[in-house]
Amino acid sequence: MTGFADAVALAGAEGRLVVQPRMGMASPAEMRGGLLAVRDARAATVGTLTVDSYTRVGDHQAALAALRDGARLNGYPIVSHDPAVTRGVLDGLDGFPVQVRHGSADPRAIFGALAAAGLDATEGGPVSYCLPYSRRPLRDSVEHWSQACEGFSGHLETFGGCMMGQLCPPGLLVAISVLEAVFFRFHGVRSVSLSYAQQTNADQDAEAIHALRALAARFLSDVDWHVVVYTYMGVFPRTRSGARLLNDNAARLAVRAGARRLIVKTVAEAHRIPTVTENVDALESAALAASSVVFDESFEDTGVLAEATALVEAVLELSADPGTALLAAFRRGLLDVPYCLHPDNAGHARSHIDDTGRLRWSSVGAMPIARTSVNSTGPADSASLLAALNRVAHLHDTRPW
Amino acid sequence: MKNLVLLSGTASDSHTWNLVYLQLLLEESGYRVVNLGACVPPALFADECEAERPDLVVLSSVNGHGYRDGARALAELQTRPGLAGIPVVIGGKLGTGGPEPDRADALRAAGFAEVFDDDTAITRFQEFIASPVLCRTAGTVS
Repeated sequence: MTGFADAVALAGAEGRLVVQPRMGMASPAEMRGGLLAVRDARAATVGTLTVDSYTRVGDHQAALAALRDGARLNGYPIVSHDPAVTRGVLDGLDGFPVQVRHGSADPRAIFGALAAAGLDATEGGPVSYCLPYSRRPLRDSVEHWSQACEGFSGHLETFGGCMMGQLCPPGLLVAISVLEAVFFRFHGVRSVSLSYAQQTNADQDAEAIHALRALAARFLSDVDWHVVVYTYMGVFPRTRSGARLLNDNAARLAVRAGARRLIVKTVAEAHRIPTVTENVDALESAALAASSVVFDESFEDTGVLAEATALVEAVLELSADPGTALLAAFRRGLLDVPYCLHPDNAGHARSHIDDTGRLRWSSVGAMPIARTSVNSTGPADSASLLAALNRVAHLHDTRPW
Repeated sequence: MKNLVLLSGTASDSHTWNLVYLQLLLEESGYRVVNLGACVPPALFADECEAERPDLVVLSSVNGHGYRDGARALAELQTRPGLAGIPVVIGGKLGTGGPEPDRADALRAAGFAEVFDDDTAITRFQEFIASPVLCRTAGTVS
């Protein structure tokens, strides 16, 4: 266990959902101010330190130059700041746990910098921080993530349950999240969390989170783990009421299905980077929504667990080394992320939203998914895609009040 | 008649839903599409244009760096011989604070055949790809 994981476990034992923002500022003073505000919010919180995009892509010279010139960066350049500066940001936070978020397909320098500053939690994964956001070969990402994990003694969260932000059917999200956690464990990480991003239908999402927990119990029985839910990551409602409702629904979903932690989104999401105040509001609103529901063991089984299990087993059969297995799986199309344009993704899978608002497969390529789960007559034109991408935002923005 | 479109993101932009959508839109208008995906550096962009010899090049960006990254991509393309006849267009959210007409004009002056950066972008783009100049080579929607 780690400071971060301990805090999540402690809140869970008290029946409280841990809520967490996205937040990163270049200035150490502003970063510290943001963390203090999150710590002092009326909610069970953990903090976030998000790095800037130069640091994300490994261009630490550009980040240093920007710091020297006083240019605005879109996050905290943890590799470029001296570890003593980062320790100063965290000084006196009284053990308040902070996770470093980065989005990097080569996180080695970031892992080194966060450990040097006394931090113990971060996130990502060899698939989830390569395929959707990078042109870097998957092979390189697997190699770099292997090396980063080998020397890491903290808590590591998979980003695999958030692939593409939207329109990825839950069975594949659950499978990739589990596979990245198995990869972390193989490389010596002893405390993990598994992500899942809220999609288009609350019942389908609850089923997916139950599936994620069942597979974590099976494949990660000898390490500490919990599930983290992300508030919807696709096109976001533009109205304050719509945005708040979607975030509150994610909090209720997390509690109902047995997740321990939630990454929130704010009312500013559709418009700009949120202020600290907007983040605190989103955290407090989510915590209040979470307190109104309880864990529910029951859920409708429409086959998400079976689908995810088949995918995970098919991949792990390919090699005893999960990194090697993931590479072979993408090469053969046994994993195929719909609408992902990365050269190492087969690109034959497609999805749509059905009449009940659930995500469905239109085609599955070579993935080991039952043909009965595929509806190839689903709409596939540009107008339908645009409608699917905007569906959740539209529903929440037009809800009568 | 190959009616081929080369579709690409810009160097610093990791977004891809815009590219997925535009590919469908172009295919529905009868084009074949080579989609290069996200984060395409200028040299790779120009290499692919040389290799594919498309009838139209479409750059799309939504991360706010499009005015700058688009100019860099076109400048690299203009260093390669034999590509001058291929129309290149760009669209999306090209700046961090909404459309900037002066910067759009600068892109046109630099050699972009069209810039789609405002509220009418998709409508104008649809009209553009249906225009006679391009229809000469494009097939029809079945």
